[in-house]
Amino acid sequence: MNTRVSLFVTCIVDQVFPQVGIAITEVLERLGYQVDFPEAQTCCGQPAFNSGYPDEARTIARHFLDVFRDSEYIIVPSGSCASMISHHFADIFQHEPKLLAETHRLEPRVWEFSRFLLEVAGVDDVGARFDGIVTYHDSCHALRELRIKAGPRKLLAKVQGLTLAEMDVAEECCGFGGTFSVKFPEVSGAMARTKIDSIQKTGASTIVSIDSSCLMQLQGVIDRAGLPIRTLHLAEVLASR
Amino acid sequence: MVGEQGGPVERLFMTSREQILGDIRRSLKRAAGQPPLFEAAPLSAPRLRIPLTDRNLSVELFGQKFENLGGKFFRVRDTLAVVPAISELLAQKSAVASNSPFLRKCGITGLPQVHAAFTDREELKAACAAADIGITSVDYALAATGTFVMLSSHNEARLVSLLPPAHIAIFPRSRILANLDELLSILPRPADQTSSMVLITGPSRTADIEQILVRGVHGPGEIYAVVVDDE
Amino acid sequence: MNAPETDIQQSLDDPRLQLAIYTATRRLIDHRAGVVSDEALPHYQDLRNEANAIKKHTIENLDYYLEQLESNVIAHGGKVVFCRTGQEAADFVLDLAKKRGVHMLVKSKSMTSEEIHFNERLEKHHLEAVETDLGEYILQLAHQRPYHIVAPALHLTRYDVADVFTKELGAENEVVIEKQTKFARGVLRQKFLEADIGVSGANFLIADSGAVVVVENEGNARLSTSAPKIHIAIAGIEKVIPRAQDLAVFLNLLGRSATGQPLTVYTSFLSGPRRATEIDGPDEFYLLLLDNGRTKLLADPEKRQSLYCIRCGACLNHCPVYRKIGGHNYPWVYSGPIGAIITPQFHGVTEETWLPFASSLCGACAEVCPVKIEIPKLLIKLREEVVEVKRRQASGDLERFAFRLFAWIATHPKIYLLLASLGSVFFPIVPRIGPLKKWDSQRTLPQPANQSFHQWWASRVGRSKGSS
Repeated sequence: MNTRVSLFVTCIVDQVFPQVGIAITEVLERLGYQVDFPEAQTCCGQPAFNSGYPDEARTIARHFLDVFRDSEYIIVPSGSCASMISHHFADIFQHEPKLLAETHRLEPRVWEFSRFLLEVAGVDDVGARFDGIVTYHDSCHALRELRIKAGPRKLLAKVQGLTLAEMDVAEECCGFGGTFSVKFPEVSGAMARTKIDSIQKTGASTIVSIDSSCLMQLQGVIDRAGLPIRTLHLAEVLASR
Repeated sequence: MVGEQGGPVERLFMTSREQILGDIRRSLKRAAGQPPLFEAAPLSAPRLRIPLTDRNLSVELFGQKFENLGGKFFRVRDTLAVVPAISELLAQKSAVASNSPFLRKCGITGLPQVHAAFTDREELKAACAAADIGITSVDYALAATGTFVMLSSHNEARLVSLLPPAHIAIFPRSRILANLDELLSILPRPADQTSSMVLITGPSRTADIEQILVRGVHGPGEIYAVVVDDE
Repeated sequence: MNAPETDIQQSLDDPRLQLAIYTATRRLIDHRAGVVSDEALPHYQDLRNEANAIKKHTIENLDYYLEQLESNVIAHGGKVVFCRTGQEAADFVLDLAKKRGVHMLVKSKSMTSEEIHFNERLEKHHLEAVETDLGEYILQLAHQRPYHIVAPALHLTRYDVADVFTKELGAENEVVIEKQTKFARGVLRQKFLEADIGVSGANFLIADSGAVVVVENEGNARLSTSAPKIHIAIAGIEKVIPRAQDLAVFLNLLGRSATGQPLTVYTSFLSGPRRATEIDGPDEFYLLLLDNGRTKLLADPEKRQSLYCIRCGACLNHCPVYRKIGGHNYPWVYSGPIGAIITPQFHGVTEETWLPFASSLCGACAEVCPVKIEIPKLLIKLREEVVEVKRRQASGDLERFAFRLFAWIATHPKIYLLLASLGSVFFPIVPRIGPLKKWDSQRTLPQPANQSFHQWWASRVGRSKGSS
């Protein structure tokens, strides 16, 4: 095929969950794409933006624009980072016409991973196999800003051996919220525990999401409670054979 | 100048009204007497959504919605059938009726246990506070929500449908409208007609304690609708 | 100022309270969902857009519509009193009560009156203000403030209520809810019939009609505004909408968003004292228009949309934070997401600086707001203001340094990679001890990866280069 796609792996995947980036690369290459990884990439600026540091966010966003200027497709394994770029860069650059114009040119080229598979690659079956009961967590930015809900479920439905069991509170926030998780840890923890109580009722042994930050939050609470549940990014499930 | 900031001393001599309106204008960068601006913040003509309904279906829909709310619905053929339909409800009870001509037509005001023709507010209040049942007509009813619409007038006092623990509304089916939007379409400025227009949708209720539903908190806990078909 | 950590922890540790909040809000969530679904209300999103547009137009031209409202109220025989502060509003009522020889008034539910401590101000001068909404009446007896905009006594059990009635009214201890309600009805009925002044709030003020619209389920607002000789309505200046016909939009949204009711039991459209031909109703009508800081919110073009709020409570019901910490952990009478954005605007960003940060920015509130207030966006704006305040006060240095440092690292890829290879990129984002310790208080920390994705890629490229 030889279509080139650029991977924006996100800082959390880069540093904490590189296996997600590896999985995405595998899946995309399996589909015939040529994966490019601009090595100067770092972060999208969301932590700074959400914490009330617009200047720092702007600095980081500026760098992002430079790094990905020539990318035709920018694949992002995170709903929150994808929506930061496609929905909030415009807020950051609202008073800078040149960068705002660049941002608007960039926006249609940013693709959250599952949406890329379904809408650009046009596939819902990537030939994956994963045995077990899985439940899907709707991460907030993906759900509410990018309107991603049915897509990942469609992809999971085509995974051989996988049973999808919906939890009662799939759309409720996991409690991460970036610095919220450490500024209000008790509330953050309580929110996660509500999710996990609901997840336990599904009998699922795996929680899947398209956001690694949510999975990190949930896994942290699961491990503290000593529960036999693991968290996987959608990409990891789709890369399984 | 009124409407301008003025220093603190000037403000002392401005009324609250002048201060508040002045502060608003300053925040909005508007001048006193300026008409509303529409460019940045347009105001469209009101969009009223009135479903097309068949008259017959309206009555049925009203009845369904009314009963879903916990009311009891009677549909009678003509005005003569009204009293027989509700005689059981009135047995051994005292009632106050409004001055609606339609109630007279239905023979309500002639009944022995019904007190009507009140024109004095205090007498009316006392009678309603003592009565078991309040009987009124309605100005309109809304099919989509099972709602009574009552305009305060010399025919309909407010307290008749409010103080007694039960309320019976008797009205011709011609007064049934499709929904709130239709009401506002035929009555765009209720204040031109009355000091009080009330939409009554179901019996008085609360869920304030443990979210448990209780009926008849302050308003009537039992409501009845009698719709007369041939009117 | 610091968050009420111990109070929040107490609320989290109270299983009964947690269950009460969770189930009550869950019920309201489900009821709302049932009546705004595509089947039930296909034009729901259109209504939200229309509501937002009407509010925007009105707020942007607020002075005009307030003057139109005023002249129409006067035309119908009523009077309008502009009040800068709660004290002015209370003073007006005290003055009027004195002139008319009134010692007791009945009152229906009004968050605006809570905001200005209306009852307390009156009681100081021996004017008794009796709350007649059941939940508010119970709270008045218990000397507590509301827990939720729409369901004020959400946190109390029937046993709490029984104890309150026994302690404050000498009633026999009765725990059956229906009987408690009947008892309150009997007590309050007397008050309705005796009182010469009835005070209400207003959900909407109608400019073209000089009218107030009051929605309720119990009937106490109807009684408060119909039985006594004088009706006083207190409302914030932002409650005005241009036309009675605009109610087609707002009434179709309010009940559904608040409790899942297409219409609440009673919707009263009141325009002044009774007309000459009407038999009952008040002889005098006063509309108190309250500023109390609203003009301050109006001054900020980006944040003035906070004034669009119609007080439905949907944002509270859907907020995962509210659903854990409950209404009393917010510093003001307005809690939940709307409280989080208006409190700093009314009180100043330097007060309760923690409040805009007590959110995961999940966006559930914005999704359900019937007037489309962009709550998460405003929370971020307020966070920026807090950060700026701290910068000027030279506090919060460590966090600011951390973000600045991270921004620098993130724009110098070689440094980023170097630090990454040392496994320490994340640490400069937040100060070492505090946040890591806080994370650890609730969850285990993630295991550091053996190599970053960058490193994996570099070695892959190296391998492919090496093999060619």
